Amino acid sequence: MNDLSPDRDDRIANLKGLGCSRKRVEDARFTQGKGNYVDDIKMPGMLHGDFVRSPYAHARVVSINIDAAMALDGVVAVLTAKDLEPLGLHWMPTLAGDKQMVLADGKVLFQGQEVAYVVARDRYVAADAVELVEVDYEELPVIVDPFKALEPGATVLREDLEGQTSGAHGERRHPNHIFLWEEGDKAATEAVLDEAEVVAEETIYYHRTHPCPLETCGCVASMDKVNGKLTLYGTFQAPHVVRTVASLLSGIEEHNIRVVSPDIGGGFGNKVGVYPGYVCSIVASIVTGKPVKWVEDRMENLMATAFARDYWMKGRISATKEGKITGLHCHVTADHGAFDACADPTKFPAGFFHICTGSYDIPVAYVGVDGVYTNKAPGGVAYRCSFRVTEAAYFIERMIEVLAQELNMDAAELRRINFIRKDQFPYHSALGWEYDSGDYHTAWDKALTAVNYDGLRAEQAERVEAFKRGETRKLMGIGLSFFTEIVGAGPVKNCDILGMGMFDSCEIRIHPTGSATARLGTISQGQGHATTFAQILASEIGISADSITIEEGDTDTAPYGLGTYGSRSTPVAGAATALAGRKIRAKAQMIAAYLLEVHDNDVEFDVDRFVVKGAPERFKTMKEIAYAAYNQAIPGLEPGLEAVSYYDPPNMTYPFGAYICVMDLDVDTGQTEIRQVYALDDCGTRINPMVIEGQVHGGLTEAYAIAMGQEIAYDEMGNCKTGTLMDFFLPTAVETPHYTTDFTETPSPHHPIGAKGVGESPNVGGVPMFSNAVHDAFRAFGLRQSHMPHDHWRIWRIAEGLGLHG
Amino acid sequence: MSKKMQITLTVNGETQELLAEPRELLIYVLRERLNITGPHVGCETSHCGACTVTMDGKSVKSCTVFAAQANGAEITTIEGIGSPDSLHVLQNAFREHHGLQCGFCTPGMITRATKLLEDNPNPTEEDVRFGMAGNLCRCTGYQNIVKSVLAAATELSAAKEAAE
Ligand code: FES
Ligand code: FES
Repeated sequence: MNDLSPDRDDRIANLKGLGCSRKRVEDARFTQGKGNYVDDIKMPGMLHGDFVRSPYAHARVVSINIDAAMALDGVVAVLTAKDLEPLGLHWMPTLAGDKQMVLADGKVLFQGQEVAYVVARDRYVAADAVELVEVDYEELPVIVDPFKALEPGATVLREDLEGQTSGAHGERRHPNHIFLWEEGDKAATEAVLDEAEVVAEETIYYHRTHPCPLETCGCVASMDKVNGKLTLYGTFQAPHVVRTVASLLSGIEEHNIRVVSPDIGGGFGNKVGVYPGYVCSIVASIVTGKPVKWVEDRMENLMATAFARDYWMKGRISATKEGKITGLHCHVTADHGAFDACADPTKFPAGFFHICTGSYDIPVAYVGVDGVYTNKAPGGVAYRCSFRVTEAAYFIERMIEVLAQELNMDAAELRRINFIRKDQFPYHSALGWEYDSGDYHTAWDKALTAVNYDGLRAEQAERVEAFKRGETRKLMGIGLSFFTEIVGAGPVKNCDILGMGMFDSCEIRIHPTGSATARLGTISQGQGHATTFAQILASEIGISADSITIEEGDTDTAPYGLGTYGSRSTPVAGAATALAGRKIRAKAQMIAAYLLEVHDNDVEFDVDRFVVKGAPERFKTMKEIAYAAYNQAIPGLEPGLEAVSYYDPPNMTYPFGAYICVMDLDVDTGQTEIRQVYALDDCGTRINPMVIEGQVHGGLTEAYAIAMGQEIAYDEMGNCKTGTLMDFFLPTAVETPHYTTDFTETPSPHHPIGAKGVGESPNVGGVPMFSNAVHDAFRAFGLRQSHMPHDHWRIWRIAEGLGLHG
Repeated sequence: MSKKMQITLTVNGETQELLAEPRELLIYVLRERLNITGPHVGCETSHCGACTVTMDGKSVKSCTVFAAQANGAEITTIEGIGSPDSLHVLQNAFREHHGLQCGFCTPGMITRATKLLEDNPNPTEEDVRFGMAGNLCRCTGYQNIVKSVLAAATELSAAKEAAE
């Protein structure tokens, strides 16, 4: 007979499982300065790598002279394309089916491109040697405008592809054209638009920007020639993929490569790609037999690794006079820079941009995306979003506002009458997605009520009148946004990266005394996986989260996984974790039944134990069961208590949300002040509300930065004008608005615990919210579209253009 | 390369003597010679504050101070602010109020905040936002950092009052 205390509620609380705001286990080391980031790694004899980079955006490399650099004391090697060529490593494949120069092979195609790689005793000597490498360039005409790149007779940028009329994604109709990717019914969409009662047309530019995590990218490569093992530490959002790529490129077998992602200082998509620095460091370590560290500086980070966006989106949307949307047509000119290195699932060269019908029931739609080469940095990563979803959300949320203007309707009401209704889920969109679940009307009404939307509109109308009377120089904008994200890539049948299906995995070991270790194929960059995945598991297996260690990021120990980006960790690895937990529970049930001398079906799981049905005083706790798994011979069962699960999601998940902000904007200075931000997120089942709120704050701040000032800008010569944090806007605590968060909870029907992922929603929904607020402030004066980022100067220019400066 | 200089630093209470080139930055001397890796490098241009340390009673960005300039100085880094057995109030507050995510900015943030609260034990939210504006965070959106600092301020002043 067992003691029934502590009572059930205490037992649930002790678990620290799903739904509780458990404090983070990561924080102890971070708050004491004991994180272990890549630049903290030090190995005996370690050398430092640094790049000679091109000052030109387009030029022939006539000659490279390394003599002076090699003569410098402390310099060990200087690698150029010539050294890499015999190994076949002067070019490398990109994630998008293109190839990219590792070191300049005859020419350079963007400013900051890697030309030579110096290896030296320390970072100071390496930097000195970089200065001593003499490169002779012959400048070539530069193209920074994707429309000009496609003009007949335009300078051919990628001479290596000359004569190739098709690429990884079909036909190339111009030497600077990469692909045309289409989805939807073009003819039917055009027919609807031709007949429509109302059509709104607008070109919307989502400018080039950069994820800019506080820690830049870097690695330490260490080739152990005695054992034939390569160890690679680095800022990798997908360590297993890096191992596979490293193996394919180097010829070293995968079991002889260990890739470790240590603590990562933010990723936001920047750390998904494979960069020349990794390849050169590996080669340098193989050549020298010493560990080689490479960490890019901030300028290199902004200029050379992983830009995001740069989409010119031309839209047409049609509706009835009453505002019911009837069709959507979109053509995108996508500037991919010098190499197509976009980080998208292989079959989706424009990512999931075709979620661009948004949260609306649009009967027919078409999108076409033209990818174009220019003399800009390669990248095209999903900066805190799931593969071009933020571009899609921005597009549709601007088009809705433009249509509202065309119809002379309230934009909140226009959204409401076009939302996909709750009873329409699972909903098949005109562009081929199956939205798993949603309740948009409830979320929208909750949001509008929370901010007192009608009151705000009345105040705004008064403000416009006061402005017209000359009593104020400040206008007021109400920024609306309702977004649907698509995350959790993805079903292996249509989502892969370099041929690796986008599943994820979890392996659990329960130890004899009742604690556990779980390993995953993902890697946290601040999301707090060590905290939240333990919570998922605690609820599944009845062991307190405090007794569960989560390990990630070491390919020698973790099961194969596709990594963390695109909000896929919770939807995919989170599911794998739950399912591995259920395997543990299934075996635990048999053990419990044996110990309690009843049939398997006569016991049931209850919080942290198995109980004989109808006899709650007869039970075995998970702790007892774990011990029994290792110390008793149980007939018909193998000893031990371990499980592994690989999860291939049946569908994506579709988090959504309703965001509203209020902005005051000074017409004469262009300055803005965000008075209020309300963000309602529905990410399905909530694992840790504290962590969710933190993610929302962070994502909103990145959205604020992007909408209001952050950009990667080039002049006509292809000079990057935003290579330092002086020019590249990262908001401080002073400008950053205050946020109010809220939620509804619509669980995903196909996810084992109903969770959908949240990290990227606030960026996806936040950018249109802030941008719409600026547009809305000027709506009364006829502004239709003004491109981001809305910095003070650009806002001043809007006012000037509308004649508001008198 | 120029001649090395003899430099003496007192870091977290320990005197360190070392030879450094005049151009060597304090952050690299701390991180690479003394293995004090709490302060991080985010920009090397004085913008991000990840490298913040306290030097002779002032918050400084150690990426833009030459080690030679720090000769003779008293330096406190995150490693000298609390110990595993007795964490600083701010270290607890950041955990309690979820004032960090990836943790890369955190050592600089907490180091800066110790100084801020020393100078202004009862700050308003605006004081904190302004006083922390030299430290960038890409993850948290600052709201919980501000909350953490304000909570620590309240706790510290309560403790001080109780002691008086
Ligand atoms: S590294 Fe010193 S301020 Fe950024
Ligand atoms: S917690 Fe990541 S930069 Fe601040």
